[in-house]
Amino acid sequence: MKPTDTNDPEFFHKIVDCQYACPAHTPVPEYIRLIAQQRYSDAYLINWESNVFPGVLGRTCDRPCEPACRRGRVEEEPVAICRLKRVAADYKDDITARLPKAGKPNGKKIALIGGGPASLTVARDLAPLGYELHLYDAQSTAGGFMRSEIPSFRLPAEVLDEEVGYVLDMGVHTHFDTYVDSMAEILDKDYDAVFVGCGAPRGRDLPNLPGRQEADANIHIGLDWLSNVAFDHIDKIGKRVIVLGGGNTAMDCCRTSRRMGGEDVKVIVRSPYADMKASPWEKEDAVHEGIPILDNHVPMEFVVEKGKLVGMKFDKVEAVYHKDGRRELVSTGEEPAFYPCDDVLIAIGQENAFPWIEDSTGIRFTSWGTPIINDDETFQSTRKDVFFGGDAAFGPSNIITAVAHGHKAAVSIDLYCQGKQLSKRPAPGVTLVSQKMGIHEWSYDSVPTDDKRVAVPLVDLKEALSSRDLEVELGFDPQAAFVQAERCLNCDAQTVFTSGNCIECDACADICPTSCINFTQNGEEEELRQRLMVPAENLEQDLYVSETLPSGKVLVKDEDVCLHCGLCAERCPTAAWDMQKFLYSMAKATPDLMVIK
Amino acid sequence: MSYIKPKFRHPRLQKNALGFTVADYDGAISTLCAGCGHDSISAAIRNACFESAIPPHRIAKVSGIGCSSKMPTYFLGKSHGFNSVHGRMPSVATGASLANRALTYIGVSGDGDTASIGMGQFIHLIRRNVNMTYIVANNGCYGLTKGQDSATADLGSVAKGGAVNPFDGIDLASLAILQGASFVGRSFSGDKEQLEPLIRAAMAHNGFAFIDVVSPCVTFNNHTGSTKSYSNTREHLEPMALDFVPMREEIRTQYAEGSTQSVTLHDGSVIHLHKADSGYKTDDRMGALNAIQSGNDADRILTGLLYLDPNSKDLNTNLNLATRPLNELGRRELCPGSKVLDSINEGLR
Ligand SMILES: Cc1cc2nc3c(=O)[nH]c(=O)nc-3n(C[C@H](O)[C@H](O)[C@H](O)COP(=O)(O)OP(=O)(O)OC[C@H]3O[C@@H](n4cnc5c(N)ncnc54)[C@H](O)[C@@H]3O)c2cc1C
Ligand SMILES: Cc1ncc(C[n+]2csc(CCOP(=O)(O)OP(=O)(O)O)c2C)c(N)n1
Ligand code: SF4
Ligand code: SF4
Ligand code: SF4
Ligand SMILES: [Mg+2]
Repeated sequence: MKPTDTNDPEFFHKIVDCQYACPAHTPVPEYIRLIAQQRYSDAYLINWESNVFPGVLGRTCDRPCEPACRRGRVEEEPVAICRLKRVAADYKDDITARLPKAGKPNGKKIALIGGGPASLTVARDLAPLGYELHLYDAQSTAGGFMRSEIPSFRLPAEVLDEEVGYVLDMGVHTHFDTYVDSMAEILDKDYDAVFVGCGAPRGRDLPNLPGRQEADANIHIGLDWLSNVAFDHIDKIGKRVIVLGGGNTAMDCCRTSRRMGGEDVKVIVRSPYADMKASPWEKEDAVHEGIPILDNHVPMEFVVEKGKLVGMKFDKVEAVYHKDGRRELVSTGEEPAFYPCDDVLIAIGQENAFPWIEDSTGIRFTSWGTPIINDDETFQSTRKDVFFGGDAAFGPSNIITAVAHGHKAAVSIDLYCQGKQLSKRPAPGVTLVSQKMGIHEWSYDSVPTDDKRVAVPLVDLKEALSSRDLEVELGFDPQAAFVQAERCLNCDAQTVFTSGNCIECDACADICPTSCINFTQNGEEEELRQRLMVPAENLEQDLYVSETLPSGKVLVKDEDVCLHCGLCAERCPTAAWDMQKFLYSMAKATPDLMVIK
Repeated sequence: MSYIKPKFRHPRLQKNALGFTVADYDGAISTLCAGCGHDSISAAIRNACFESAIPPHRIAKVSGIGCSSKMPTYFLGKSHGFNSVHGRMPSVATGASLANRALTYIGVSGDGDTASIGMGQFIHLIRRNVNMTYIVANNGCYGLTKGQDSATADLGSVAKGGAVNPFDGIDLASLAILQGASFVGRSFSGDKEQLEPLIRAAMAHNGFAFIDVVSPCVTFNNHTGSTKSYSNTREHLEPMALDFVPMREEIRTQYAEGSTQSVTLHDGSVIHLHKADSGYKTDDRMGALNAIQSGNDADRILTGLLYLDPNSKDLNTNLNLATRPLNELGRRELCPGSKVLDSINEGLR
């Protein structure tokens, strides 16, 4: 193999598993260390720079970082990254004075369609540059699905108001209660660019299932029903409720039903339990609230008696997995199962819908109904001055993805408005600094702790079910937060090797607790991986290969389960190894938005 | 400085025949200087015991005084151990081996501990052929007392302070062969590929197995002018490669004809010596002494298995002692009663 090029920022970036997995590349270990130091405001602002909604995300994020977390590869559970983010938000001081202000007007005007996280991120990134920002939303406030869909027992309104406010307070012109029904009209208004962040607002129905029309009064589309609840248009539901679907919307529907008068609430889903789209913790939360989840049931019929819905019939199925990975749900041939109910919530998916974008605008769509986008860096549509992001770009996803899209789209809009090429994008911000404090001293807690992950405490179940607004999770207290923060392995403390210093004494290889380090003959990657002390079978993790050493061997480090404990560097007599902090910041329209010392 | 080794290990560590991973053979975190050759020897011993699947509790580590003699703390944390006084490990080892012949004994010593203060004891250990593996971590100096020349420092080697050594160094390998040691090897701490199989073979050998390991002292003897530095050792190394296949293990590797010589130990394990085309014979004492001497003359450090008598008789066998450890003998065997005493006395009349 060729020697590793550590000047390529992506090499070390990939080693910080959580940050790499985070769509907005939040510098996770950096903020977790600050939490351990009780520097909550700094921890908050690091988050805010990256993901704009730390308080919201610390409660609701889909957390792609956690399955990626290195800790999960050396013990049972990853670091509680998401709930630590909430700790930063909960215990921070008033940080308003430290937030950036709107910049001096630069004469450019941007329209933002939709007030969800994608548009708000674009606004946050462009406001300090002096753009005049016009935000349109059909609702009476901003927040998008964070407000209309995510129930307030998971995300209190104050938390959302605060963080939406930080953005709007940067001088954003809001046009609420304004449904944009014509893109052509917007384009006529002389905006320099338009960002479409209107989400994927259409909930799927089961229009052809027998009984659908007759029972319509008691059948609700989950997406619409949740937003009606959020905006107080609905305040109750029948005692017996069936929720159809296995995704996160279904979980929010069933838990909300339990708080709206639903006593016998069931989730009924086509697929096996393990295949359900909902996150494991959302399923656990539903089960904890006394909601059974019946899997392998395919809806057959809404049963109507005397013009009223009385229940539903299901075909029981079994999942058969084919060699090509295809899954087929095959009927067991048993009698259909009947479950009585008063109301049904359909939460079986959502779709994009752009009825308001005319063909004449030159904006083209794929056959799936999503806009044709230049690429997933620029977010430019087939019309050069129109950009898409969030759920509107590639279909339903999550908040942190919408934020990441927003950052990239803001960079594109800024380049576009300056007449620059969109493909020449700014580089990420990267620093690499030695953490040496003394001969064997590091500036971070290098010894991994043995503590286990603990769950966030919850309010009493009875109390929780009695209110739609009472937040269920209590969050970690500072003591628990410290213990949980210390579980982080500091994967951004990189092991940096200088081959010219190495005397090949083997000390690093001998001490390494996880057998990462090898001195061996070079070879082709595939063969070399097999030849290491412990074969490097996790192909997602790179090998770090040195220049050829005096003995003719090379150093090969498998990055897979390195604990970043610094022992290799401590045992190295010539400082050929050093522990250096790698800070990576995704490129943003406004660089250095937040400088934390 | 970290004084704790993290608990986490690679989740896919291999297991040996006993179901242990190499981590089960770990000791405490080392307090030796960063980069000390002795730490590599510790790792080689750990790996050898793991590879040979010796139950940790069936091993006893013995040592004297010195940085080298501190090593046993840093490997095999679940084994027995005795850190004795300077140069006196041989007495302790002899006693232990007589009392319990069933354990595997690993002695770790230094060039000072063995070739200076302990020479009088060391030589008798060889003469008596005590069944143990005796490793000297040879750095040509007294590391623990700040790097004074030891008795194995080579003639002309320059000490860190600049003094040139006016004396000929003692060559422990030659000495051991001369005194009749039944297994003599030499190696380098930076060559685990050779050192590990050599230690495994030594542990399988029945009798006294001696390994002299060049082990640079990074702090006091790793400068230009030192003959026992990492770079000088590497430059002058003349290694003879070997493999060790324990008894009952299938021989999987195929060697090209004429390139390998095999030696079978008393327990059926096999040592494969490569580069056999050079005509090296491990059972030829004179030849071994000659080879070492010619190496020295050519300024080369010959390493590998230098001499082996696979049929040696260890002390316990030679003295016809109890075939089982003393702690396994019952009251009847230890106090056979007046009838037996009478018959012994009768025999002496
Ligand atoms: C029930 C439910 C629960 C969810 N829970 C989570 C969760 O816990 N964590 C998570 O990360 N994600 C969750 N999501 C997904 C997440 O809410 C979305 O992925 C995210 O909000 C998308 O952001 P966005 O900016 O693209 O658009 P949205 O948040 O969807 O905002 C779009 C906004 O545009 C407005 N709009 C649309 N069309 C027009 C128009 N023509 N004119 C004017 N205004 C318009 C809408 O009123 C809306 O306010 C959930 C989704 C649902 C449905
Ligand atoms: C009876 C006695 N004499 C002298 C000493 C002082 N002393 C401690 S270690 C040592 C030399 C150790 O040298 P070596 O065995 O080569 O070990 P190294 O530290 O080099 O590994 C000496 C002389 C002592 N501890 N006890
Ligand atoms: S251990 Fe810490 S830095 Fe490493 S992946 Fe997990 S949260 Fe991120
Ligand atoms: S920091 Fe060094 S010693 Fe620690 S696990 Fe990583 S490679 Fe091994
Ligand atoms: S003084 Fe020398 S022998 Fe002793 S620990 Fe340090 S490097 Fe090793
Ligand atoms: Mg010494």
